[in-house]
Amino acid sequence: MSLDLVQMVLVTVLAAATPLIIAALGELVTERAGVLNLGVEGMMVCGAAIGFAAAVESGSTLVGALAGIGAGMALSALFGLLTVGLAANQVASGLALTILGLGLSGLVGAGYVGLKREPAPHLHLPVLSDLPGIGRLVFGQDGFVYAGIALALGVSWFLWRTRGGLILRAIGDDHTATHSLGLSVRGVRFLAVLFGGACAGLAGAYLSLAYTPFWAPAMTAGRGWIALALVVFASWRPARVVGGAILFGGATVLQLHAQASGIGLPGQLLSALPYLATILALVLLSLGRRRGGSQAPAALGRDFTPHR
Amino acid sequence: MRLDLVPRGRRSALSAALSPALAFLAAVLVGGIAVALMGVSPAAAFTVYFVAPLSDLWSLQEIALKAAPLALIATGLAFCYRANLWNIGAEGQFVVGGLAGGMVAIATHGSEGATFWVLPAMLLTGTLAGLAYAMIPALLRVKLGVSEILTSLMLVYVAELLLDYMARGPLRDPAGYNFPQSVTFDDAARLPYLMEGDTLHAGVLVALAAVLLAAVVLGRSLFGFEMRLVGASPRAARFAGFGEARLTLMAFAISGGAAGLAGIVEVAGKIGQLQPTISPGYGFTAIIVAFLGRLSPVGILLAALVIAVTTIGGEAAQIDLRLPLDLTRAFQGLLLGLVLAADVFTRFKVRLVPGAAR
Repeated sequence: MSLDLVQMVLVTVLAAATPLIIAALGELVTERAGVLNLGVEGMMVCGAAIGFAAAVESGSTLVGALAGIGAGMALSALFGLLTVGLAANQVASGLALTILGLGLSGLVGAGYVGLKREPAPHLHLPVLSDLPGIGRLVFGQDGFVYAGIALALGVSWFLWRTRGGLILRAIGDDHTATHSLGLSVRGVRFLAVLFGGACAGLAGAYLSLAYTPFWAPAMTAGRGWIALALVVFASWRPARVVGGAILFGGATVLQLHAQASGIGLPGQLLSALPYLATILALVLLSLGRRRGGSQAPAALGRDFTPHR
Repeated sequence: MRLDLVPRGRRSALSAALSPALAFLAAVLVGGIAVALMGVSPAAAFTVYFVAPLSDLWSLQEIALKAAPLALIATGLAFCYRANLWNIGAEGQFVVGGLAGGMVAIATHGSEGATFWVLPAMLLTGTLAGLAYAMIPALLRVKLGVSEILTSLMLVYVAELLLDYMARGPLRDPAGYNFPQSVTFDDAARLPYLMEGDTLHAGVLVALAAVLLAAVVLGRSLFGFEMRLVGASPRAARFAGFGEARLTLMAFAISGGAAGLAGIVEVAGKIGQLQPTISPGYGFTAIIVAFLGRLSPVGILLAALVIAVTTIGGEAAQIDLRLPLDLTRAFQGLLLGLVLAADVFTRFKVRLVPGAAR
């Protein structure tokens, strides 16, 4: 296999992994603060629809991406109001958000089905992008991919190298103690939820602006849920999120290639592979950490109502 | 400004019953504004959504047919949600139940002689298949501590793809001009109609009986008490010696079995053959129904009827007013959110304290 073929495969794997990386990193921060937001799929699909609509109307990919981020944040603000402000059940609220998001995205996207636009531009540096073997992989991606990698580094740095990150993780582990210290548990959680929403919206916008690039109803096809599983799979660590997302991206690309080359397996089985792989990954993970105990933030999913 | 939640000492039964109704009103208001923004008169939309479906016999039957699977699935889910177990894969259990039960009908297609046992065998197979499918996330949770939320949902996609494969492949009617569907079931494999020449079939009665049975079990038996206690106070339940693993498996068995039964009832009643898709998302809508009905079987029955009315109304609105079906979906998601918010007001006094530090 030539070097360029390897590079081509890696480029497509990274492209398939990017939405998972972005959405999972957002959810990771939310969960590290102790909030389980199951609405990633809904926020993502709204980000895809509204991002695409805004990009078509304005003619700018950047405006589309920002609109996608805004859509994700608006939905997550609703979720934050319910769960952080009113201490409503997080699992049920997350499901409500998914259903609402799928409906809203259909409403917004109805006028844009079948439209196509140019995919987001790829970076091109005169000599570097044409380097054999690694040029396109390292210097020829679109902005979303670089944003995803920067996000991974930034989240990692924030959570473990800043005071703010320490506070966020402490709140996710014990909201009563941090509240006693005078830290604003609900304030930090709300911000963490907003960050998760922004990331999910951006991940959705990537799908409709760069990956496909068009809008189709329910085009996220469960990627939001896979991102949620990735956070568990990665034991709530950003670097492992990137690794896991690339594994999943690889599985997706493999499945697409197998389907295209028409090997004897039914297409439905190949389409089911990412979902089966997710279950398998979760099982293997839990087999592997039998003795270590749970890695989850200790207060994950628990309501907090301050006693005064 | 600060938002304070002060726990209420006693929860009044009236506010508990009223809160979903108020949430519904609020959702209708927001929906009305959305409709007005889309350039349709809210009054006309209200008539199409909520009045017209109740005004003729045909749509009343349709409402019952839509409400039956919703109530059946949601009642099963109530057992899980009461115990703080999150089976969100009822859609998959529904599909697998319909598929397995339907295969019995296809296997016995055209057989001679006594066939009175075919329909009971189908219903039983469907129920057991849904139950078995729900055991996958339940066992993974009990044995390995894997989150049942994610596994049960992933299995929905797997079940849908499995049905798609079976209906297009091995189970396709060989004499069906390559249409992706199975043979049409024999009469012995169909649920009988309740009224001559109409659409209302006996599956509605099956659902009704199951909901009543669940009401008795949940409210009047030790098992129901254990289930409610595990959710309300896990520590007290552990102290009382209730086996968490056993209750988890039971809750998933009940919800999976109910969803599977709903699936085969839909296939043997309304559809009458296997097709690549057999559910318009009943398993997900049932989650809304379960919460709107406050996780009690009687409440769920009412909630299923309300949601069925809006769904039938949504289909009519699509034709009459050109309002997209996604509007109904968004409305239902909003409704669930508002129901959850309204529930907070029955548990807490919510106070805004101006000027206070956060």
